[in-house]
Order: sequence, then structure tokens, then C-alpha cells
Amino acid sequence: MSAVLELRDARKSFTMHLQGGLRLPVVAGVDFSVGAGQCVILAGPSGAGKSSILKMIFGNYRCDGGQVLVRHGGATIDVAGAEPRRVLGLRRTVMGYVSQFLRAVPRVPALDVVAEPLIVEPASRDEARGQAAALLHRLAIPERLWQGPPVTFSGGEQQRVNIARGFLPERPLLLLDEPTASLDAANRATVVELIAEKKRRGAAIVAIVHDDEVRRAIADIVVDVTRFSPAA
Amino acid sequence: MSDEMPDERPLLAAEGLSKRYGRQLGCRDVSFELYAGEVLAIVGESGSGKTTLLQLLSCQLDADAGRVLYRTRDGVMRDLAAIGEAERRFLFRTDWGYVHQDPALGLRMSVSAGGNVGERLMAVGWRQYGRIRGAAAEWLDRVEIDRARIDDTPHTYSSGMRQRLQIARNLVTRPRLVFMDEPTGGLDASVQARLLDLLRGLTGELGLAVLIVTHDLAVARLLSHRIMVMKGGEVIEHGLTDQVLDDPHEPYTQLLVSSILPL
Repeated sequence: MSAVLELRDARKSFTMHLQGGLRLPVVAGVDFSVGAGQCVILAGPSGAGKSSILKMIFGNYRCDGGQVLVRHGGATIDVAGAEPRRVLGLRRTVMGYVSQFLRAVPRVPALDVVAEPLIVEPASRDEARGQAAALLHRLAIPERLWQGPPVTFSGGEQQRVNIARGFLPERPLLLLDEPTASLDAANRATVVELIAEKKRRGAAIVAIVHDDEVRRAIADIVVDVTRFSPAA
Repeated sequence: MSDEMPDERPLLAAEGLSKRYGRQLGCRDVSFELYAGEVLAIVGESGSGKTTLLQLLSCQLDADAGRVLYRTRDGVMRDLAAIGEAERRFLFRTDWGYVHQDPALGLRMSVSAGGNVGERLMAVGWRQYGRIRGAAAEWLDRVEIDRARIDDTPHTYSSGMRQRLQIARNLVTRPRLVFMDEPTGGLDASVQARLLDLLRGLTGELGLAVLIVTHDLAVARLLSHRIMVMKGGEVIEHGLTDQVLDDPHEPYTQLLVSSILPL
């Protein structure tokens, strides 16, 4: 497999046991691939399954069928069938995910929230904090907030901390769920720059972006998610 | 990083563990593997068999069927039922920790805080008083207890401090595997948050394997890599923590997840 990520006929539905076993098909026949340095935009109306596809790739939704192939060094791992620790291994080194909202941990300062993915051993802590500080600075988070826990921040500030955390480690595959949704124009421009830099360094990116300007700036391929509608 | 899986063999493996109390089922046919550095949460309501399972795994109960394999430091997978009582006790003192919900069960309440931590070191052969006291003081720092309290007994401590002291006592010998039974149960929310943050940091830093029993899914979300959901003595769902919580498949797991009060 030459692509960094390839989905083959992936399917997902939910069975709601608390609602009498109601079955909600989400997506079916999901087929696309992303190469190094490429940005694929998932497009489609709200509820079409864009975020679900990102979660199927990251492994927090289980696929009902099909494959989610991720290149890991010389090997390929199928997230849809891999053991939990293989998926965790991919998340540690290959896949990054920037969710719509920061899942903030109480008491942990913003600087450490951002630095955490880089800290592999205590010795690397200062180095990681230095890089985290530089990125927070670039994303216009004032230094007086760095030692504060993000739980107390505004929505936009939290999202920028979230972006910093997701963008800091160099991962070959980056999944972005509306990273610019709650940002002002200046910060949006910074994120566009960050994405462009990641692409130049060879990262494969799958993104959900509603802002047309951002989309034009980063997209290489647009995948219309409605074509994976289970009804179609 | 050369390889993210330094050892392909599990640290602990349970195979078909079952236990009955008379006619009452404790747990049935539980199998799983735990790898070094992994935090596995066992969740379920009271009576679901979580604590029975933890006691079987930590040799505090004998299984009716099945076995527990543990990879000792010499790299050999040993059947815990087959090793002698003396060796088991040695494992408990050196390689394992056990954090009780009630710190009074895991601490010696009439012994000073420093003594509580130092005792574990003496059990593994430390002899020099100054070094033991120094190590105990360092561990009090790590669990955010003021060194000035080192000579006080846990009787004089708050419940949050007692729990942190119990954790220091367990971790001071650098165990590879720690069992935790509802370690944050019964604590105030702010005390709980502090403890969780501490546990999260320490397990990551020390690369501990942890088996944590909790009925609190928020605790499982924060601390664990994987979750096993138990009901009526059986494991009904097992997977990555976010997978089980964000995409629960079993009716009972869906009920548990949907019963969490949103914040």
C-alpha cells in the first residue's frame, strides 16, 4: 500500500438497545485513500457521517465491516480489526486527532496538556514544554494562561490549546474535525499555515472544514460523504 | 523510538477464571491479557464480580477453574497457583502493589507516614535509616504530602491524604503491576480530581501496568487504555476505553454510558 491511509468498503451503524434495538445505519461502502502530503476534505451536510468516518479511522468507533488500513513503517495495520494495543500504538506514533472540543483534564496546566503527547520520558519534559510554548505563542494563547488548566478558558482558547496539542507531535496521519470552527480570522490563518507546513513535511490529512476559504486553502481532494449514505 | 512494543508477551494473562461462593456466582470464564504499561479498567455495578476478579488475579482468592499467568522478572510466565506461598508473598512485596478503596486497609494506621512508606523498602532489603527516610520523604513530595508531616500517623491525615499516602507506600518499591480497588471511591470531587491527576501522571511516568476496578466511568475514561465491562460475573464487553464509551455495543454498556450525568 503506497497510501498512508486507505478505507475499503468500510461500514458503520449503531444499534440502540435502549430504543428497542433501533438500527441506525451511518455510512456504508466508504472508499477513499490519502497519500503523504495530501489533504482530503470530507464534505457533506450535517449528519452525513463525516465525524463518524474520522472516528472509524481513529478507532473510537468500531466498523461493522470493511477495512481501515493505516501504514505503519513498512507494515499496514487494519484499524477495523486490530487489537486495542495496536490501535494505541498507532495513536502514539502514527495518527493524530484534533477533535471539535478539548477533553480537558482537571488541574493539568495548558502547557502540559499540549506538551504531553511529546513526553516519552521525564528527561524530554523540558524540551517538550519548550516546543509547546512556541506553538501556544503562535496560536496567540497569552503566556499568563499557560500555567492555568484549560477547563477555565474560553471556547476559542480551549480549541487553540486542542489544536496545539494535536499539531505538536509529527504524525504521518492527521485527522481534523472542524479545527477552525470557533476561531477568529487571524487564528484561522495560523491554522491554515500549520496545515500547509504539515503537508510540506509529508503528513496525510483528513479534515472536516466548513469554512470555504480554509477549505480552498488546504484541500487537495474533496470527498462527498453523501455517496456513502447507506440508503443510496 | 525503535519499537513501540518492547515486549510482545503479556505481563499477566487470565485464562478462563471462574469462582463461585456456594451457589452464588462470583465470576465466570474471564480471560484477558495485560501488557506492561497498560491500564485496564474493570467496570460494572456492585455485585458484578469486579472485586472477586481482582482478588482472583492478585491471589487473594483461589479460583475454582482457570489460571493466572504472570511474567516474573526473569522473563518466565508462571502459573500463580503453582508457585509457593513464600514466592507469592515476595511478588506482593516487590513486583506488585494493591491500593484499597479504604486506605486504612492498606496502611498501618498507628505507624508514621514515613514508616508506612519505608516499611515496604525494608521488606525488599533496604537497611540504612537515612536512605529509607530520604526515599520516603521524596515519595511524600511526589504524592503532594508536606514533608513536615512525615512523622505523623495517618490517623491525623484527611481521607485524600491517606489515599495518597497509600499510593506512595505501594509505588515506592517500583512495582510493575498495581491492583486498584475503587481508589477514588468515597472522596470529595476536588480531592478525587487531584488524586486522579496524580495517578494519571504516575502510571504514565513509571510505565505501570494497572488493573483498576471502578464503577465510575469518568475515572475509567481518564485513567485507562482499555475497559472490561462486567455484569453478573461475566465480561460482556471489552475494548479500547474510548471505543467502549463512545460506541458501546452491549445493551448493558449502553445503559451504563447513558446513565452518566452530563457536566
